[in-house]
Amino acid sequence: MKFSKKVLAFSLAACMTVPFLAGCSSKDTETTTNSEGGSADSSSTIVIGGIGPVTGGAAVYGNAVKNGIQLAIDEINAAGGVNGIKLELNFQDDEHNEEKAVNAYNTLKDKDMKLLIGTVTSNPCIAVAAESAKDNMFQLTPSGSAVDCVANDNAFRICFNDPNQGVASAQYIAQNNVASKVAVIYDSSDVYSTGIYEKFTSEAAAQNLEVVAAEAFTSDSKTDFSVQIQKVQESGAELLFLPIYYQEAALILQQASKAGLSVKYFGCDGLDGLIDQLGEDVALAEGVMLLTPFAADAKDDKTVAFTTAYKAAYNNEVPIQFAADGYDAVYAVKAAMEKAGITDASISASDLCDALKVAMTEITVEGVTGNITWTADGEPTKDPKAMEIVITENEDGTKTGSYAAL
Amino acid sequence: MMSFISYLVNGISLGSIYALIALGYTMVYGIAKMLNFAHGDIIMVGGFTIFTAMSTAWCPVWLSVLIGIAVCTVLGVVVEKVAYKPLRTAPPLAVLITAIGVSYLLQNVALLIFGSASQSFTSIVKNIAPVTLGGVTISMETIISIVISLIIMVCLTIFINKTKAGKAMLAVSEDKGAAQLMGINVNATISLTFAIGSALAGVASALLCSSYPQISPYTGSMPGIKAFVAAVFGGIGSIPGAMIGGILLGVIENLSKAYISSQLSDAIVFLVLIVVLIVKPTGIMGKKINEKV
Repeated sequence: MKFSKKVLAFSLAACMTVPFLAGCSSKDTETTTNSEGGSADSSSTIVIGGIGPVTGGAAVYGNAVKNGIQLAIDEINAAGGVNGIKLELNFQDDEHNEEKAVNAYNTLKDKDMKLLIGTVTSNPCIAVAAESAKDNMFQLTPSGSAVDCVANDNAFRICFNDPNQGVASAQYIAQNNVASKVAVIYDSSDVYSTGIYEKFTSEAAAQNLEVVAAEAFTSDSKTDFSVQIQKVQESGAELLFLPIYYQEAALILQQASKAGLSVKYFGCDGLDGLIDQLGEDVALAEGVMLLTPFAADAKDDKTVAFTTAYKAAYNNEVPIQFAADGYDAVYAVKAAMEKAGITDASISASDLCDALKVAMTEITVEGVTGNITWTADGEPTKDPKAMEIVITENEDGTKTGSYAAL
Repeated sequence: MMSFISYLVNGISLGSIYALIALGYTMVYGIAKMLNFAHGDIIMVGGFTIFTAMSTAWCPVWLSVLIGIAVCTVLGVVVEKVAYKPLRTAPPLAVLITAIGVSYLLQNVALLIFGSASQSFTSIVKNIAPVTLGGVTISMETIISIVISLIIMVCLTIFINKTKAGKAMLAVSEDKGAAQLMGINVNATISLTFAIGSALAGVASALLCSSYPQISPYTGSMPGIKAFVAAVFGGIGSIPGAMIGGILLGVIENLSKAYISSQLSDAIVFLVLIVVLIVKPTGIMGKKINEKV
């Protein structure tokens, strides 16, 4: 009895230790990659802080943004930096969590961050925006789309804001005669989702689109959608608008196919990542339309160059919109720094912020997500593009999804 | 009418999964007088085990599910031996905190091994088409959840009332001391209870992850809480109570989503719980316990 107890205790202890060791070693490799990027002389280097979910439910976005930023920084440093100043990225994980994002922000301040590219997702971004405004730290969010992300004058963004996505979606559906009866399923506990939903319904009325069903779910009950799907089915909708993230969208597509629902699907940038999430059920995503400013297989020179470089740098991974947002954010910072004539890397974060927030409204960035200009309230001006997911069958019978411009 | 039937069937399916999980809560509470808050996370471990087994090419679905159930059973017994048994005489609060600790331990180990991104789970009945009955389309997952839960509940009722081990469980739950005096091995009976409860969690994990085909380290937490509510709703400690409580909870959740508000469904579920507890504090099937003086 004594012996077996000891064996149990030992094996449990072993179970606990092994993953911790694994955790340690993976952290070690992370720090090495970071320090490699910062091998330049520290006197002429500016640390750019990055915050986003590198693990967790929204990890697809965080990793894409991080990769996009790193790619742009490597390109700029290889070409001699910005006015001779080298850039260095320190990217922290927030797991799409407000508290962790604020902690990450404080960590970055201790690590001598001069400006922040982040955060990636809306709720954490709003939390960090309050801190960065207090410190007068320049903040450029690649993809925080809630209105309040850039409420303060030190904050700008690359992506569209939520109302803008809702309005543009309604306009696109109406003007291209995609459907006339529309149903919506949205997350009433998420600011991104409700923001798009509200603007979508008001714009739909103006565009003579009939919203026949609007069903909600919350973060506490986001696995069972059978009721919402059935309501959509009964409403006679031709199109289901999904202003939500891809995990729930994947579950909705899977459950809708089982319930025999046949409608068109339309979503916003949150659906980026849907193809991977569906796994073997990828065929369900066929024909899903989404409004996003970037498509990896667009044929213009800038997109082709970016996609090629990204694939070469990251294991042949196809960049999603968030990677493009991160990439454009760095080039926006570069353009603003050049416009403001920043040549001294030892400038304080607050002085840098004052210079950059004026310069941001004066520049035009020809980015991979479009030609962007900024208003003083931090909002970008650029055109959205509509994409469709197409499914191709491989030789071995498996299916692959990709985005095609509409 | 057709749509009402469909809401009802989906509600019963969801509810029968809650009921399976609630059985684990209620059996453990009945015997060990403790709330095993790690129960939800045992479901998650079961889900990941099945997920990992199925992703290896040689492992057929039925074997993966069996492995999942086996791992859950062993884990449940190990957790009981290592974490709860030394605290058998400790105050209830200490045991409760330990259970919450075990829950976090399991969650965080899963986070370290599998990462926190949700992964797509392949349904155990993936290639079987949905059935259409008089205009109502019912997915195979729904049918299998209801059928398997019913079979398990019938077997469990027979086991508890007809077998020696089952009767020993009843005796221990009524009076541990007296049961021991009557020659019942209390420790073995408690272990058996944990084993059965965790095996049910293993079955629930296969059904849960097939109906909602995603898995993450947090998969078990919300169903775990809902099932705990179902157990309290039905009368904690009562086995038929957990079954009825679970199914009612699923049905109320779905019908309130359908006919009242999809945003407020959780609020309504908990409101019903509060009302039931005010009217009948021991839950629907709970027995009134007279405090001994």
